[in-house]
Amino acid sequence: MEVRLERLSKHFGSVVAVDDLTLHIKSGEFVALLGPSGCGKTTTLLMLAGIYRPTGGEIWFGDRLVNDVLPKDRNIGMVFQSYALYPHMTVFENITFPLKLKKVPKEVMREKAQRVADMMQIGHLMDRRPAQLSGGQQQRVALARALVKEPDILLFDEPLSNLDAKLRLTMRGEIKRLQHDLDITSIYVTHDQVEAMTMADRIAVLRDGRLQAFATPDELYNRPRNLFVAGFIGSPPMNFLNARLTAQNGQAIVEGNGFRITLPEDLGRKALSQAQREEVIYGIRPEHIRLDPDGEVEAEIYVIEPLGREDLLDCRLPDGTLLGVLVPSGHGVKIGEKVRLKFQLDHSQLFDPHTEQSLLWN
Amino acid sequence: MAQQTVVAERAALQVEPSWRARLRAITTPAFFIGPALLLILIFFFIPVILTILISLTDMSVATISDINFVGLKNYERIWRSRTTMKILKNTFIYVGFTLTLFNVGMALILSLITTHIPERVGTTFRTFWLLPRITPSVIYAIMWTWFTADAPYGIVNQFLSPFGITPKNWLNAQPWLVVIAANGFVGTSFGMIIFTSAIHAIPVDYLRAALVDGASTLQRIRYVILPMIRWPILFVVTYQTLSLLASFEYILLLTDGGPGFYTTEVWSLYAYHRALSNYFGNVQFGFGAALAAILVIIGVIASVVYLRVFRFSEMVAEPKIEVL
Repeated sequence: MEVRLERLSKHFGSVVAVDDLTLHIKSGEFVALLGPSGCGKTTTLLMLAGIYRPTGGEIWFGDRLVNDVLPKDRNIGMVFQSYALYPHMTVFENITFPLKLKKVPKEVMREKAQRVADMMQIGHLMDRRPAQLSGGQQQRVALARALVKEPDILLFDEPLSNLDAKLRLTMRGEIKRLQHDLDITSIYVTHDQVEAMTMADRIAVLRDGRLQAFATPDELYNRPRNLFVAGFIGSPPMNFLNARLTAQNGQAIVEGNGFRITLPEDLGRKALSQAQREEVIYGIRPEHIRLDPDGEVEAEIYVIEPLGREDLLDCRLPDGTLLGVLVPSGHGVKIGEKVRLKFQLDHSQLFDPHTEQSLLWN
Repeated sequence: MAQQTVVAERAALQVEPSWRARLRAITTPAFFIGPALLLILIFFFIPVILTILISLTDMSVATISDINFVGLKNYERIWRSRTTMKILKNTFIYVGFTLTLFNVGMALILSLITTHIPERVGTTFRTFWLLPRITPSVIYAIMWTWFTADAPYGIVNQFLSPFGITPKNWLNAQPWLVVIAANGFVGTSFGMIIFTSAIHAIPVDYLRAALVDGASTLQRIRYVILPMIRWPILFVVTYQTLSLLASFEYILLLTDGGPGFYTTEVWSLYAYHRALSNYFGNVQFGFGAALAAILVIIGVIASVVYLRVFRFSEMVAEPKIEVL
């Protein structure tokens, strides 16, 4: 089922929770709504579910305008962060609750419940109550309840937040595989960018109720269109340096406090044609900087954070700016040591400090 | 955790807890529970014992200087009396109808309605419903007698006469209706407040999940909200049964057990009349005490039945405090 949000907005009194949001989601697509808390992602989800009524704009399921359609007539399945399993019902009763409300015959109900429960590997838990299940099992029951009515659309509201790290990884894979196999259009709300990046076909990044970007994970990571997306996507986050962009002898030079680099030709041309002023924000990801005696930037090691396979070095530039650098472990440098850093210049990002838009990807 | 550490330390040191520690293990809980226990002892336990003791005597105004132990004679008298059945029936009518129609039924309906409409409207409505609670009982009862009075005074008659209903004194014509309604409209507010806060306390995800699962408003109430407020419902049913069994002030003020011969006389009012306010001035403390003792037994039986029916033990959580 194709889902279209057209200029959707939601106000709570004077608070604008969602502002002029337009999203076109393809049939069978897995879309993540990503953003910090309070960005309007859950509000959007609840409007899709029919719990909230939009203040403005339209929601289309296929060619059906659903603004005024009750939740029960939308044929959606939803998984909540708290799982929202009814504590007074057994697993079987929880799973079959949507069918019971539809007055599906008992036999059909039992058969469907068993099938979906077996798929979720909880077929042996049918007589238990939610309180007797582990977090992971509860999650599976919640998924089974959402799937049993064969929904056109699946909505997820931070479903993995309450699980421990290892289980979260397992469920992440399982949900993705399940969605792929069942081919149900899915909308997944999360504040965890790793979750969004690993699971979604496309990610809608929201901030303060406004859409910042709607693109594939690859595009968000490699070609961020604005400063917010560049800083929000990627962990550890992208480094930003205040700098000046000038053209010298046909080359684009980025110059800041204690560093001076020459942009590769194609990036330089784009940046120079887009730039409105000399001041720019130069962005480079920690994984695109390495230690190199021939590096163009001098810095001092401020803190070393071992991450196992790699170490995150916080390097202090002469003006005090801290720069994250991700290097393979076994680099041998110590806190307080002076090092030289080399930027992988083809991964450079440039932003206008006033409009916060990218000078490269718009 | 802390407990395990303590146990481990003791095992390592091979020492018994000191007498001081053992004393503290008793005194600390006693310090917290003590005051409540004392209150229960003085104002509940001792009076019950006294009542039972008095019920075994022929104590009355006439015999106050020469009280005799009469065994179960008072109870025998209650058993043999022809009025007993009438009073018992009245008590069931009064408690049963007031409880189901108003204190629980109407309270549930009101709390469900006021939680499904805009918050401010609901709160305002519930506040108005509390007004009779803060009205003195006597004034409230007198207002009902005026409200139901015969033409040309009663408001009820003024409303009903355009429909061709003959004006009458409703308190005389339909005493039960008036007694139950007058009690009910006050009693409803208690359950209403408890149920409303219980409904508000249901995590919103359950309510949303029910809508997404395809429930209509009524189905959501039946399958999700009501099961989730089972414990408050039990509490209100039990508590209000007991308070209705013991309450008689509105009946006293409205009908005083009449009109006629014991038409609306309930058990507690009967006990009051016998023990404290006899028409002939011959107040029979012993007989009244026996009536009161039976009321206590009825109350206890009712509570036990409720606890069984609602499977109370399943609803009680394990205590969170393990050591003091």
